[in-house]
Amino acid sequence: MSALAPEDAELLGRLRGGEEEAFATLVDRYQTALIRVATKYVRDPVAAADVAQETWIGFIDSLDRFEGRCSLQTWLFRILFNKAQSRVQRDRRIVPFSTLVSDETSASFSAVDPTRFTTGGDAAADGHWLSAPPSWKTDPSEILEQKDAVELVERAIGELPEAQGTVMILRDVEGWSSEEVCNALEITPTNQRVLLHRARTRVRRALSERYGDGT
Amino acid sequence: MTETQDEMSCKELVELVTDYVEGALSASDRDRFESHVSECPPCEEYLEQMKLTLRLTGELAEDAIDPMARDRLLAAFRDWKTG
Ligand SMILES: [Zn+2]
Repeated sequence: MSALAPEDAELLGRLRGGEEEAFATLVDRYQTALIRVATKYVRDPVAAADVAQETWIGFIDSLDRFEGRCSLQTWLFRILFNKAQSRVQRDRRIVPFSTLVSDETSASFSAVDPTRFTTGGDAAADGHWLSAPPSWKTDPSEILEQKDAVELVERAIGELPEAQGTVMILRDVEGWSSEEVCNALEITPTNQRVLLHRARTRVRRALSERYGDGT
Repeated sequence: MTETQDEMSCKELVELVTDYVEGALSASDRDRFESHVSECPPCEEYLEQMKLTLRLTGELAEDAIDPMARDRLLAAFRDWKTG
């Protein structure tokens, strides 16, 4: 029994029928996401483009045996992770995704440097801003217009640990739902949120280093 | 279960921003979060900065696809169909 959503079932039928238009639609929808996620693992952009290419070839080759137990999107990204993994193994840097997730979620983390908050032993007064994080020097609407603000975000995401970066790319760049991300990465909703929180916090901090005081 | 009516601290709030934006807080924590933000300008600012961060991140999505790579993929698909 297939649990495919109707749109996926229809798309799969068209793909199996060799309809190029259907395949082109998928490529246009997912190619940048594949490359972006691959870059988290293989680092260099040329290798990432190769991994994306291998992923599509693997996807085409598996069309006839795809059983519809997950969405096409999840299927495509599972192929990507396998391809990225074997590329990484060739470079002798073998870290399973589940290990990344447990390492990255269990490491200690503070969204804001704890010394920015009051501590005096009076529970009611503790944990408040010692001095407020300053407003960003540039108007938000202007920041949104700036190409280098977007580039700064791109770099900050590039520097995130792999699992955090992957979750943030899929959620916040590609606009996936948390459920889609959990399925494709085979992680729990709680871990998904922890990774996302750490990732977003780090990217906000990168912007704060530029537009504020680095809080 | 006893509901905590304790005030949320700023330090606690910055760790709950994502859960708040994601709608993952319990009703009572959401209330504590919102009442804190409404009375604490620095935390309100922090929340706004986080939302701005997300909007900027969303702008990355507009990258163009390399047309040559796209052509190669479509050719691979045609080969598979005829192969
Ligand atoms: Zn506060």
